[in-house]
Amino acid sequence: MTDLTRLTAVETAAAVASRDVSAVEVARAHLDRIAAVDGAVHAFLHVDADGALAQAARVDAGEVTGPLAGVPLALKDVIVTRGVPTTVGSRILEGWRPPYDATVTTRLRDAGVVVLGKTNMDEFAMGSSTEHSAYGPTHNPWDLTRTPGGSGGGSAAAVAAYEAPLGVGTDTGGSIRQPASVTGTVGVKPTYGGVSRFGLVAFSSSLDQAGPCARTVLDAALLHEAIGGHDPADSTSIDAPVPPVVEAARRASVQGLRVAVVRELTGEGYEAGVQERFDEAVALLSELGATVTEVSCPHFVHALPAYYLIAPSEASSNLARFDSVRYGLRVGDDGDRSLEEVMSLTRDAGFGAEVKRRIILGTYALSSGYYDAYYGQAQKVRTLITRDFTAAFEQADVLVSPASPGVAFPLGAKLDDPLAMYRQDLATIPSNLYGGPAMSLPVGLSEGLPVGLQVMAPTMRDDLLYQVGGALEAALHDRWGGPLLASAPELEAARA
Amino acid sequence: MPEITREEVAHLARLSRLALDDAELDGLAAQLDVILAAVAQISQVTDAADVPPTTHAVPLENVTRPDVVRPSLRREDVLAGAPAAEDGRFRVPRILDDSA
Repeated sequence: MTDLTRLTAVETAAAVASRDVSAVEVARAHLDRIAAVDGAVHAFLHVDADGALAQAARVDAGEVTGPLAGVPLALKDVIVTRGVPTTVGSRILEGWRPPYDATVTTRLRDAGVVVLGKTNMDEFAMGSSTEHSAYGPTHNPWDLTRTPGGSGGGSAAAVAAYEAPLGVGTDTGGSIRQPASVTGTVGVKPTYGGVSRFGLVAFSSSLDQAGPCARTVLDAALLHEAIGGHDPADSTSIDAPVPPVVEAARRASVQGLRVAVVRELTGEGYEAGVQERFDEAVALLSELGATVTEVSCPHFVHALPAYYLIAPSEASSNLARFDSVRYGLRVGDDGDRSLEEVMSLTRDAGFGAEVKRRIILGTYALSSGYYDAYYGQAQKVRTLITRDFTAAFEQADVLVSPASPGVAFPLGAKLDDPLAMYRQDLATIPSNLYGGPAMSLPVGLSEGLPVGLQVMAPTMRDDLLYQVGGALEAALHDRWGGPLLASAPELEAARA
Repeated sequence: MPEITREEVAHLARLSRLALDDAELDGLAAQLDVILAAVAQISQVTDAADVPPTTHAVPLENVTRPDVVRPSLRREDVLAGAPAAEDGRFRVPRILDDSA
């Protein structure tokens, strides 16, 4: 019998729709897989077996249909789920069961998607390795001694380890794309405002964006379509139809398309093996009929500093809501201490080191006397980066770069060096500052570990990512004789 | 180049309502120095001088909705997640000084 965990989302939905297999059987197969391998991978913070089986039963009863009905999914723990624990990888929300669902959660349920559980992440999505989770790191399925990237390492690892064919992540500076890059999966940051942020625990509100994780470009497109679109509950969500991503993934052609390599996102700072796989993939795009050129985006070199001023500033404001009053942890309330003392003790006990670092940094950047030099200047640089994109898109339909500067790094390698960790997001941050969509998809191995290529498109042209990604994926699968993940080592079931 | 003193970090921590201990204050002062030195290059971007700031990726007008009463979350459900509740309200530690 087919191993149900190896099917794509498209294949799974078709098998469920034709009643070759029940959604409950599919869910059970994935829950079994999680039980077998998640002790080693630690992709999940919470497995909701009852909820998953109940939703699968609804699909089998014909109560909900659609192109993803019966397909299991791993949901990043930054997205609230009514009655199901949501921690954001932080002690400060340990045990909290939200009283409502995020719009993404509601849309998944309405699409018949079976949410298996909540996945591990760097605390409050601040990190690039998932090691800043308060609940321990996630391990990369390609090499368990390495990180799966971050902050959405849990969702990416779950998809790579066949614990779920689909995942949802959030991307503030690369938290969907960098984990996709180092786990050999597909990850997409949609256009800012393309997916509702209602019920997404905020990190940096002008940058945060939820999006799909998958093993194929078409699977990602179907999920993008299911969660995307206008939401009156998020006033920053774009009031326009979702770009035709599924159609584009199926069309999968780069014939006549103008593709430009961003000069500032190659060369120095990128590992040689990553650069080689990237160059080969660009040559392949040319063979497939694309016109390949190079463009310069001179202000991209300032993207990382701008991001590390803007994001912590917004975070220091957003995280003020964790005040020990309305939800989560309260520490030191002995009847004697004041609210301010209890609040300060709670936040010190509940937040981890990286979160505190960013709150302090953001508070500093927003302080009077420093505001103009730091936060204000970063916002101006953001304008210059947007102008670089606009100019580049006059010469090219899409831009490409390596998705991350290196392959998966060993656990612990960058924990004591915040700047080295921050540099993981060199190539992904510009699209967050600009707001345009971007995708990472696997283009080969270096030192036996996956390398991702990033495609960037103009705002609301998310369809171009899927068109290019689909074409490249098909050509690479032909070359490899199957998907890259097929060459990942088998995970041993956890030994008792 | 920025130089952050331990006293400055302590002030920022108080503003942020973080009861950092001595070791945290020492560690953060050193780390912030390194991080700020790295991000300070942003002030060298001279062509930013006359550029308007971008606060948001998508230009947006104010979004309003009709002023219609709609159901909100149930009070019991919300209070169930609170650290302490009493008489249908959040219970908080004292806010005013005893002397007040």
